[in-house]
Amino acid sequence: MAQKIKMIMAKPGLDGHDRGAKLLARVCAEAGMEVVYTGLRQTPEMIVAAAEQEDADVVGLSSLSGVHNYFFPKVVELMKQKGLEDVLLVGGGIIPEEDYDFLKKSGMNAIFGPGTPTGAIVDFIKENVRKR
Amino acid sequence: MFEEKVLKKIKDDKEKWEQGPLGKSLAKSPEAKPVFTTISGTPVERLYTPLDVEDLDYERDLGYPGTFPFTRGVQPTMYRGRYWTMRQYAGFGDAKSTNERYRYLLEQGQTGLSVAFHLPTQAGYDSDHPLSMGEVGKVGVAIDHIDDMRVLFDRIPLDKVTTSMTMNAPAGVLLAMYLAIAKEQGVDWAKVGGTVQNDVLKEIICRGQYIYPPRHTMRLTVDLIEFCQKSVPKWNTISISGYHIREAGSTAAQEMAFTLADGIAYTQACIERGMDVDSFAPRLSFFFNAFTNVLEEVAKFRAGRRYWAKVMRERFKAKDPRSMMLRYHVQTGGVTLTAQQPLNNIVRVALQTYATALGGGQSLHTNSYDEALCLPTQQAVTVALRTQQIVAEESGATDTIDPLAGSYYVESMTDRIEAEVDEYIKKIDAMGGTLSAIEQGYIQKEIQNSAYRFQKEIETEERVYVGINKYTMEEPPPTGLLKVDMSVGEKKAAELKQYRANRDNAKWKAALDKLREISATDQNVMPYVIEAVTAKATVGEICDVWRNIYGEYRPKEFV
Repeated sequence: MAQKIKMIMAKPGLDGHDRGAKLLARVCAEAGMEVVYTGLRQTPEMIVAAAEQEDADVVGLSSLSGVHNYFFPKVVELMKQKGLEDVLLVGGGIIPEEDYDFLKKSGMNAIFGPGTPTGAIVDFIKENVRKR
Repeated sequence: MFEEKVLKKIKDDKEKWEQGPLGKSLAKSPEAKPVFTTISGTPVERLYTPLDVEDLDYERDLGYPGTFPFTRGVQPTMYRGRYWTMRQYAGFGDAKSTNERYRYLLEQGQTGLSVAFHLPTQAGYDSDHPLSMGEVGKVGVAIDHIDDMRVLFDRIPLDKVTTSMTMNAPAGVLLAMYLAIAKEQGVDWAKVGGTVQNDVLKEIICRGQYIYPPRHTMRLTVDLIEFCQKSVPKWNTISISGYHIREAGSTAAQEMAFTLADGIAYTQACIERGMDVDSFAPRLSFFFNAFTNVLEEVAKFRAGRRYWAKVMRERFKAKDPRSMMLRYHVQTGGVTLTAQQPLNNIVRVALQTYATALGGGQSLHTNSYDEALCLPTQQAVTVALRTQQIVAEESGATDTIDPLAGSYYVESMTDRIEAEVDEYIKKIDAMGGTLSAIEQGYIQKEIQNSAYRFQKEIETEERVYVGINKYTMEEPPPTGLLKVDMSVGEKKAAELKQYRANRDNAKWKAALDKLREISATDQNVMPYVIEAVTAKATVGEICDVWRNIYGEYRPKEFV
């Protein structure tokens, strides 16, 4: 039997909007993943430490306060420094489409904007996550 | 309201209609869905008749505007006297750019201000704190100290406008700055009007801008209420908020229930402080959401007014009718907006505004159509404000008071929501009160379950959301979005360094030492917070004083 996909769901920065993060955590858990929700106010260092400690296959970053262009690349960079390049990085929240390119170029695997069906996110993770 | 004989006839005739015309019609073509529900999931019947409100007693349950139980409204003339306050929540970048937006809004006919602070100020950090990186000026204005506050209200006379500040755990600090600026402008505190949100419980439940553990943060909340009751009599000392509870996914009835449960907790805490209920309750205010299902929203507001009046009179033995009034601000539902086909949001906001007007709100913020994408642009803000003006001055909703009263459906829904609120309040009482219910994660879990149910309904297409699961279309990516550039953070950090270097160090230190000393006692901290901000202490420095004494709140996560 295949090992369960392990996911870290994280809220970088001071943003308190976690309806989406919690909802997606629940949906991913129901889709058979093992999900750890970090809670609010995570620094990039805290998120990467959690990913390393939990041996995560995927890290989800949720931001609704407009700080994605600052935080997401920071997380990518720290993941690289820790040698965690094969961990899938997905982001979501209030992120304008015009920022998608920048975020993907900086190393995010996918960005999901408002109104994305949760099923599409689950499918993306299952198709693109590293195989063990 | 109806004689038994009349009810009997209605019942007989309804049965005849069901077996006759209705039955035939259903046999020919069934209805579109087996069950109809509101956006909160509440079932809606095909037809409401006097049978659904047969227990309604007009004098007992509805009465007259401005009198107990206030179901029909809190003022005797409502919008025939004056419209609700049109108050757009705004703030971004630094104090100077926000001050320009405020003066623009006031010129456009806005009647009150509402300050959006950036997250570092809300969480009690200065702009140069490591946790503030990337956040400075993003979702609100960066205010670190009294000099920022002076720029924010430049050329805005504080005796002429009222200001609402969305500020919770550090509410006392920002109120202290506001009062200090009022004094500089020569404005007597007796004339200063406005609101601080000061509702720390809902931060813990769902909004996330908490700092201190629940029981300590409640002390600061009560200090502010007590101080204003004596020194700033026109100030609304708290805005007990259901808005964010609804945004986090609750139903309409849960929004009302959990907000009133918080209201009960604050009232209890003030009474335990030794305050007489009628000395502070008239200055308690509330804040609710308005979704697009107009009739359900109207019923929610009416049910809330009636229930709160009874709580204050029966549970807390208030005697002053003003203590029993559920006065509230409304914001249209941010979470109802779509990033897809954003102009459709103008229609949603218009319906939500209409619901607010029919429901009897005291002030309103209308969201801008582009808010699912970014901070609102000036054009979008203008449309949002005009939406309020059109509903107020063209729609006719303001011409008569509580125009939907007597609707069999609305009265029945009002009763139903009130009953649901009552059931929750009893459950929370049985758990040992609101704080205990929050500590056990009960309220949080109830909200999350509703959010999950709603998401499933959208994804299974059981519920239509235009532009999301029906009537979708390909669109070019939106352009012209408002963005705050990162340089605000760098500028603010450099400016803070100067600010700290240039202040009178001895005076600053003495003020903070005194605040530290008082904060460890039972004495009210507010006068000492005012001294500290005047001595140029920053938001972060003052919040640190309390962090060191009270500790920091670390929530258990309930997923």
